[in-house]
Amino acid sequence: MNADFTLFPDQASTTAERVDGLLALLLLVTVSFATVIAMLVFYFAVRYRRRSVTEWTPRIMGSLKLELAWTLFPAGIALVIFLWGAKVYFYIVKPPAGAEEVYMVGKQWMWKVQHRGGQREINELHIPVGKPVKLTLTSEDVIHSFFVPAFRTKVDVLPNRYVHTWFEATKPGIYPLFCSQYCGTGHADMTGWVVVMEPADFQRWLGEASEGSLALEGRKLLLKYQCVSCHSADAHARGPVLERLYGTPVTLTDGRTVMADESYLRQSILDPDAQVVAGFQSIMPTYEGQIDEEELIALIEFLKTMQTGATPERVDTARPPTARRETATNSNGDAPASLSPPGENKPQSEDDPE
Amino acid sequence: MSASTTELGQSQPPPSAPPQENYLTAGYGWRSWLLTTDHKRIALLYLISITAMFALGGIAATIVRLELVTPPSDLVQPATYNKLFTMHGVIMVWFFLVPSIPTVMGNFVLPMMLGARDLAFPKLNLASWYLFIAGGAVTLWALVSGGVDTGWTFYTPYSTESSTTNVVPVAVGIFISGFSSILTGLNFVVTTHRMRAPGLTWFRLPLFVWSLYATSIILLLATPVLAMTLLLVAVERLTGYGIFDPMLGGDPLLFQHLFWFYSHPAVYIMILPGMGVVSEIITCFSRKNIYGYAFIAFASMMIALIGFLVWGHHMFVAGQSVYAALVFSLLSYLVAIPSAIKVFNWTATLYRGSISLDSPMLYTLGFIALFTIGGLTGLFLAALGMDVHVHDTYFVIAHFHFIMVGGMVMAYMAALHYWWPKMSGRLYPDGWARLVAIQAADPDSSCSTSRATSPRADASRRRRAKWCKAT
Repeated sequence: MNADFTLFPDQASTTAERVDGLLALLLLVTVSFATVIAMLVFYFAVRYRRRSVTEWTPRIMGSLKLELAWTLFPAGIALVIFLWGAKVYFYIVKPPAGAEEVYMVGKQWMWKVQHRGGQREINELHIPVGKPVKLTLTSEDVIHSFFVPAFRTKVDVLPNRYVHTWFEATKPGIYPLFCSQYCGTGHADMTGWVVVMEPADFQRWLGEASEGSLALEGRKLLLKYQCVSCHSADAHARGPVLERLYGTPVTLTDGRTVMADESYLRQSILDPDAQVVAGFQSIMPTYEGQIDEEELIALIEFLKTMQTGATPERVDTARPPTARRETATNSNGDAPASLSPPGENKPQSEDDPE
Repeated sequence: MSASTTELGQSQPPPSAPPQENYLTAGYGWRSWLLTTDHKRIALLYLISITAMFALGGIAATIVRLELVTPPSDLVQPATYNKLFTMHGVIMVWFFLVPSIPTVMGNFVLPMMLGARDLAFPKLNLASWYLFIAGGAVTLWALVSGGVDTGWTFYTPYSTESSTTNVVPVAVGIFISGFSSILTGLNFVVTTHRMRAPGLTWFRLPLFVWSLYATSIILLLATPVLAMTLLLVAVERLTGYGIFDPMLGGDPLLFQHLFWFYSHPAVYIMILPGMGVVSEIITCFSRKNIYGYAFIAFASMMIALIGFLVWGHHMFVAGQSVYAALVFSLLSYLVAIPSAIKVFNWTATLYRGSISLDSPMLYTLGFIALFTIGGLTGLFLAALGMDVHVHDTYFVIAHFHFIMVGGMVMAYMAALHYWWPKMSGRLYPDGWARLVAIQAADPDSSCSTSRATSPRADASRRRRAKWCKAT
């Protein structure tokens, strides 16, 4: 624990360097303004203090020139700060191509991490130094906020939606991670550590913590939920082919074109009617309440890696999921059974490590 | 302060006052107070009510600060702590800061400044006070009988789906008191338009009237949005109809948009009247006319107008569009300019004046210093790249409290001292008043939130509490 108080948090990412540059500008501007105002008020209060009760004062109504000066000059400075702030913001919100991808799920009150290699962590995030890392985050319940002061990075983590942030750590170390959006009784304890490692150490850590890749887990889920019954590689299947789908534009029945990104895939699993691909019927049942956020991430990770011929063969003979209404009533009927996944897919224990 | 207020409520006429009748001697029975339509008496009813609320909000804050003296939870448990900071926020925002200067000083002096006998709708004015009391009673009952732990911002889906506390009763209380705000705003707007004395044209109005007018417009236009939002939260909680909860098909960001569409203009409800007070007092105690009258008047109106267009700066990291964030950032800088204009004009008013540092003036100069710090820290928050880091941290809390405590509470105290002789017929002990004013301007005491664990802040708060009691 960092018991020692420091005025500024560590500067440990490329973002932090940019934000601190902006901070320096802001400090310079605001401290100068505050000093000038304070000195003027103090000087006037002393210089023009009332010396006798019958004192006379001049009638000064104002000056258009002066008003214009102290309107336009601060406006100009404000514009510079705005542009600089916007520049840094664009750097923060736009992940570079080729970043290492990590997934995170926030819930009351912990952070669950999934690496592409299948490594899972709770309230810890191991990343390599000197390599951009892109986080895809979602929440299982209320709004949380992922905040690493040393990286000057923060993003609100919303339920039923994927948000992204990224950073490139610049020095190895262990940095605190906070939830900065009030989320209930345990909010203050929803903290963790970001462990920044040398690339070699990170590779070693990945090897030790691996339990089979995330995509492999997603492949198992694809079979478990019988997705391939309809989404087979056959062009005449009941559902669209999933191979090489990620990152391509998709035409919908209403004529719109959307990008098949993580959010699109997620919505198509949970709310299939919302965006139906042109040429297909709206027959897919919803998986809302049957598949949890971590399984979704694994499934989407597999979809992202699917190349031609990667669709697994059907291995079971059970009836595929049928139309929406029927499934909805079924899942209402036996909700507890459908909510708990089989043992081998069960995520790491969610009990508090302590 | 509270000691003086109670004293005023009980002992009626100043003994040394001449035998002529005034609003304090017009009647002595409780009916003459509770059924009065006299704007001055209603102002005193408000003064007593909001002073009580200020004390309750202050007690909640004190327990929060005491708990934070040590890192582990020892004085109160986390659940209680969360209810306490919510109570502090709810009471201070809706039952002290929003009504403070408009309902007490506005009610008292607005008709006099306009040369009117009373407000346009005296009965409505009394009804506003009863709505305030009703809303306050419901809210206090809800806070005492279990409390609420959502924070004063009621963010969804926590408030609709996760929290098991009294969210709906508190929302109902705020909903009711909102109508008090709306009716007060309506009353002030109509009075300013229709009841000015002959010859009192717009650009002869005292600047306090301008600031109340700008405030009233916001009260009138923004408060209904809050009422609507809280109603929707209550509907979702009670019926499970999906509005904000994504699990029910709602959108949690919709709540934030609606909430801040009220709550950002609301911070101008809370600071504009204070700016009006400063414009009055700084001229009085420097024996000067105000520098740049028209610019200050227009600045108030610009703040009221642009204040409606900047709510998205509360959501820079919340997941709104990057381009929306750009626009909101630019507009936030635009709304900062009128505040800067005011500060420059106040400073210029002091030039070649005959400055007397009586207690209202000390509070006013304290306002300028602390409000300037509050305003300048806003530049950090409006800068997109910087906000990502400082958003949701003590930096924001400190910025807000510099404006609200360093600004509005200082202005409220200044106004209370300034108009106290007019209201009560007596002068407070000036030596003590100056001493309190000087130490209140110490940022450590008036804005101790920014010093999370500073023992000095606590010591100075204790000091202040003692002095407040002494006066």
